Amino acid sequence: MENNLLSLIIFAPLAGAAINWFAGRRVRNERFVGVVACGAVAVSTLVAFYLAFKPDGALRSETPVFDHIWTWLQVGTFRADFALAMDRLSGTYALFVTFVGFLIHVFAVGYMRGEQGFYRFFAFLNLFMFSMLTLVLADNFVLMFVGWEGVGLCSYLLIGYYFDRREAGDAAKKAFITNRIGDWGFVLGIMLTFFVTGSVSFFANPAAGEATHTALSFFKTYPVEPFTAGAIVAGGATSIAVLLFIGAAGKSAQIPLYVWLPDAMAGPTPVSALIHAATMVTAGVYMIVRCSEIFGHAPAAMFIVAVIGAATAIFAATIGLAQNDIKKVLAYSTISQLGYMFLACGVGAFIAAIFHVITHAFFKALLFLGSGSVINGMHHEQDMRRMGGLKKYMPITFATMVTGWLAISGVPIFAGFFSKDEILWRTWSAPAFSLPSTAFSKLLWGVAAITAFLTAIYMTRMMVMTFWGEERFRDTHAHKQQEPDEHHGPVEPHESPWVMTVPLIVLAVLSTIGGFIGVPYALSAGKDINVIEHTLEPVVAKAGTTGSAAAETHATESTAPAETHTTHSSEEISAERALAGVSVLIALAGIGAGWYLFKRRPLLQMPRLLENKYYVDEIYDATLIHPIESVSREGFWKILDVGVIDGLLHSIGESVTEAGRLARYLQAGFVRGYAAIILLGALILIGLFAYLGFPNPTQ
Amino acid sequence: MEPQLSWYLALSAVLFTIGVTGVIIKRNVIAMFMCIELMLNAVNLTFVAFASFFQDVIGQLFVFIVMTVAAAEAAVGLGIIIAIFRNRESLDVDEASILKL
Repeated sequence: MENNLLSLIIFAPLAGAAINWFAGRRVRNERFVGVVACGAVAVSTLVAFYLAFKPDGALRSETPVFDHIWTWLQVGTFRADFALAMDRLSGTYALFVTFVGFLIHVFAVGYMRGEQGFYRFFAFLNLFMFSMLTLVLADNFVLMFVGWEGVGLCSYLLIGYYFDRREAGDAAKKAFITNRIGDWGFVLGIMLTFFVTGSVSFFANPAAGEATHTALSFFKTYPVEPFTAGAIVAGGATSIAVLLFIGAAGKSAQIPLYVWLPDAMAGPTPVSALIHAATMVTAGVYMIVRCSEIFGHAPAAMFIVAVIGAATAIFAATIGLAQNDIKKVLAYSTISQLGYMFLACGVGAFIAAIFHVITHAFFKALLFLGSGSVINGMHHEQDMRRMGGLKKYMPITFATMVTGWLAISGVPIFAGFFSKDEILWRTWSAPAFSLPSTAFSKLLWGVAAITAFLTAIYMTRMMVMTFWGEERFRDTHAHKQQEPDEHHGPVEPHESPWVMTVPLIVLAVLSTIGGFIGVPYALSAGKDINVIEHTLEPVVAKAGTTGSAAAETHATESTAPAETHTTHSSEEISAERALAGVSVLIALAGIGAGWYLFKRRPLLQMPRLLENKYYVDEIYDATLIHPIESVSREGFWKILDVGVIDGLLHSIGESVTEAGRLARYLQAGFVRGYAAIILLGALILIGLFAYLGFPNPTQ
Repeated sequence: MEPQLSWYLALSAVLFTIGVTGVIIKRNVIAMFMCIELMLNAVNLTFVAFASFFQDVIGQLFVFIVMTVAAAEAAVGLGIIIAIFRNRESLDVDEASILKL
């Protein structure tokens, strides 16, 4: 189904960015810039909701909504269109990206008040929305990569927004370069996809004259590759999946490419909320779920995804325990939650991953915006050691952040509980498809459960340090007077204006009730109300089940997705209920432990190893960055550049100069010298003729 | 004894060599100018000698052309010499070694 409104979703923010960049910089009116930026995203949001929920909309029909804008590249059989497609998956993504993006835009109008580059900030933010929506709605890998690079660029621009601060510039470069490593894998993955399947499209759009054969449909009839290390380099589905995962790991901050995300907190807080928590960093998850058909035939790749995801989750959670910067805690928390999503993808629970992406977008955006509100109220203080007792001063921020805290900790009825519990359950019950044995799924579940416990502890620590306890901001402020631009006297925290609190309240409501879109069968008292699963089921491959049933004919598998509906056996339900009980206990135990540890002693010294992030940055510096710098400086610069390239050019130049210096003696300006040269030339000519003989014209 | 062609050619070569030598060794621009005229006339002598030897009138016609050009050249050259002299009060060519007056 073709609908040209779809392109409005991406072009409205682009128009907003252009208006703010060209007109906003001249108008210099915050109201104008803010209205344009928020209005552009609001248009996207409305169109996205309309196209998703109208009677034959993307979330209701089996066929995607297409918008073929133009044929971009066509070389031989290679064809990449500038075409958008909104199916159930990309529709779901577009909904929360636009909606959460809109709320964050509104919040940012309040947060960025009085900033020098107000128009610049919103132009970049709108450009980010354009890129992100292009990424999500793209109908082929190549256009998706355009969006992928676009969000990387906007991330770079926005992390480096305070470009007069050195650490912001460094963080921006770090983010960009680290992402480049991931993009290398993504590009190779796209190339290999085309090489193997002969197409880069996701969906066949008959209206645009596309072949029915697409990159994803190719894999429907593809045999499941063996679960061996050799499959990774065999050049088939597993190789593609691993390469794509490298790209996803860069964008979604997984081990070993996660190091850029904590540093990215140098950007303004709304940027951290929008890009580095809610939307951009989940692009990797989106990409893997989009390619679930490929991953579903590559068990070895899924195993890698699961292990990396679980390792990232627990690794980042332990670091998060010991951070003192409120935004750093949330950054490591984001990495940890992204690890959960990848773990879910790795065990074949793609829908659970998307569910967690959505609830995470709500509560993590809420927590980041809440921290932004705190930072704003504290006059740009981010160190939690200089906070404390803020609940009295910022009641709305406090109340909303409590819901975010309970949601991320996994307390029942809050959104995070359902999605996290779903992931834990799917991990526990994962088939041996992508794992060496079913015992391995218990091990992964254990890692995830410990992570959940740690999550509850560090979030409690953050809340306690910020909102409870004694007020530590007064006494510690004496030494801050050295900063000359402190535009306030004795610091007095204040609640933020309504443009900041209203988005907080909306997100708090969503963090509370957002989980009810995915209530599992076991917890819904016998009613089948798992909306998210029913919505996404037709578009996501069921890796675990197809793997065990690989011998089945693929025709039945693809024609009857409704019949393969997982039946809810009674022992499964009771196991799921027991596990849900365990995760509730874990969450409450974590909160209790955090409360017990930090309520009295909020400044409790955490292990140095954790506070210094396992010295990963230092290790990278010593093992990678420093050698590269040395080789570049001593080898490429001093020998190759200065010695060879410059040397070659300089020697050419010098030889010409030298020859000219000699020739200059001929041009002394003495008339008699010239006469002598003419004579010499004439004599040489005559001598030549005399020696060789005159040519005879008659012959 | 009848004058031979070689005699004319020898005389012409001697005159031409004197002219060349004069141009190279003389500093006075007037003297150089005279030496150039000498070279032109040495060539004229070869022209008429060959014209007479081959009984061909074209050589003599060439002499007229050379004389015409020499006259024009003399007018221009003397004009330049006078201009230089007015500016520098010197006719030494070695002093006129830069491209301005």
